[in-house]
Amino acid sequence: MSILVDKNTRLIVQGITGNEGLFHTTQMVAYGTSVVGGVTPGKGGEWVLEKIPVFDSVKTAKDATDANAAIIFVPARFAPDAMFEAADAGIPLIICITEGVAVQDMMRVRSYLDQKKVRLIGPNCPGLLTPGEAKVGIIPGDIAIPGNVGVVSRSGTLTYEVLYAMKNLGMGATTCVGIGGDPVNGTNFIDVLEMFEHDPKTEKVIMIGEIGGNEEEKAAEYIATKMTKPVASFIAGQTAPPGKRMGHAGAIIEGGAGTAADKIKALEAAGVKVAKHPEEIPTLL
Amino acid sequence: MKLHEYQSKTIFSKYGIPIPKGRVAATAQEAKQVAEELGGRVVIKAQVLVGGRGKAGGVKLAKDADEAEQLATQILGMEIKGLPVRKVLVDEASAIDQEIYFSITDDRAARKPVMIASAAGGVDIEEVAATDPDKIIKVHIDPLLGLREYQARDVAVAIDLPRDYWKDFIKVAMGLWEVYKNTDASLAEINPLVITKDKQMVALDGKMMIDDNALFRHPDLAEMRDTDEDAPAEIEARKYGLSFIKLDGDIGCMVNGAGLAMTSMDVIKLFGGEPANFLDVGGGADSKKVAAAMRIILTDPRVKAVLFNIFGGITRCDEVARGILTAMDEVKPKVPMVVRLVGTNAEEGRRLLEKANMITAETLADAAKKSVEAAKKGK
Repeated sequence: MSILVDKNTRLIVQGITGNEGLFHTTQMVAYGTSVVGGVTPGKGGEWVLEKIPVFDSVKTAKDATDANAAIIFVPARFAPDAMFEAADAGIPLIICITEGVAVQDMMRVRSYLDQKKVRLIGPNCPGLLTPGEAKVGIIPGDIAIPGNVGVVSRSGTLTYEVLYAMKNLGMGATTCVGIGGDPVNGTNFIDVLEMFEHDPKTEKVIMIGEIGGNEEEKAAEYIATKMTKPVASFIAGQTAPPGKRMGHAGAIIEGGAGTAADKIKALEAAGVKVAKHPEEIPTLL
Repeated sequence: MKLHEYQSKTIFSKYGIPIPKGRVAATAQEAKQVAEELGGRVVIKAQVLVGGRGKAGGVKLAKDADEAEQLATQILGMEIKGLPVRKVLVDEASAIDQEIYFSITDDRAARKPVMIASAAGGVDIEEVAATDPDKIIKVHIDPLLGLREYQARDVAVAIDLPRDYWKDFIKVAMGLWEVYKNTDASLAEINPLVITKDKQMVALDGKMMIDDNALFRHPDLAEMRDTDEDAPAEIEARKYGLSFIKLDGDIGCMVNGAGLAMTSMDVIKLFGGEPANFLDVGGGADSKKVAAAMRIILTDPRVKAVLFNIFGGITRCDEVARGILTAMDEVKPKVPMVVRLVGTNAEEGRRLLEKANMITAETLADAAKKSVEAAKKGK
């Protein structure tokens, strides 16, 4: 078992003929993910990697392939439209890798997708990895092994660091979920913690947060009141100065709120073990 | 990106929000001329992108054009919180009856825009929020539906605005919503929105922040960027698409990925060092970008050691290694370098760097410890 993606995932790639889309499609297919189609308007009828059909729209791709998930690799200015289109075509799970989507666009996207009850992961995220079953995103496949730990994170390479440290200890993951570094995203910590809590295969959880917003604090409350499985955590940005955006659009201390210290305090009060550095996290479980 | 008061108010005015008569001036003579045109008393306001300019003496009232020139000379020579005053706004002075706070901003937690108003205007809204939270009214706006007039009316009632002013207030609120939406603002703020003695509603001050990620559809706004508050190295980094923030320590950092870059700083601190910067070279960093990053880090004379922490995913470690070699050829650094390469093509990367006389590390903790030691020796 796992969450969100597994052997039954039938994926289409929006932006499949672009540089990034093509590179990562190749990686995903090599990992064993079932990529059933791609979308690039104007290139319908072409083929990618000799076996993946390209369509002009998500709707035609969905009708032809019965896809149940879509991943987006289009530039930021086109990403909102790609998300609306996927939702409108009836795709129940959308993963948006694209970085740099405008906040007001994301507010409109999120509002529309909520009404359609569509699950969005990201944007500005590395996607999903269920080791041994499916890689839907850009997380390098060889740094993680199957296991019983659920991993959820706002970051990309920091997550790779943790997966790699886990692997070195022989510890594997059920699913790794990168929820992304933007201030307004599709899925938050609590959504994923809830899925892990209900996933029979997941026995423990690692949550990787960072400065900005209050999602970690809300997650702490959820962990304290609703979760039975142990959670270990790490919060990045303890040395970040206030008022500066630390690379991620969402990683900013505003008006004294969103500090690492506040988040660590809330998590520790909820019984979560918080690591001092990322390589220490797996040893806390 | 922050906009100046005069830029914000010009935008407000285009959307039908009344603002005082006035104009921006870059010299004292210009300020005098504006004051002469306006006639009567004027306010001279420093245009800097920091709060608290009033307390710092950056806002002064002049009774005539001659005094306006004197005060403008004073203010244009000032530095406020380290920022030079390059322009002043000369506005006609208003006789104020009531001051209101009004803004529209992103509510990140609610994932919606929020309209914020208070009858206690003219002061720092965060202070009001701390001391008198009941005086602050917040109403969320549906991002697909937009602000509706009844919501603006509800706010007018909630801040005890007399009925005579509801119409004016709704006009201001609807105008500010259009400003917020059409400019991709993350903040559009009027503080204070005043009612003058002659019963006019006027936006006396204005502040806007624009979402950097939306600037592609606002080239006119992008041109308004004032880079005064950014360190020169930050401006240079932006040119190369690097995310860089200057800090006060002596260990330079070059990392791929924002989360890992923050973490590398934290781990340096954990082992007793102080990071000199935040630097994310980004995914798929090529040797050109890496070389630019290294030049930027090493222009800071305080840097006593540099830590490279690269976790290859999309980014290939051999490509980064080539960038490091190119940069070392060019910059000829004299400080010790600690390098940690993991992931895609890491072995090839390490092999390339063998002759470069760098300190290598296996783990992040190890790399941080070694860079702290190296920086201490360099002092």
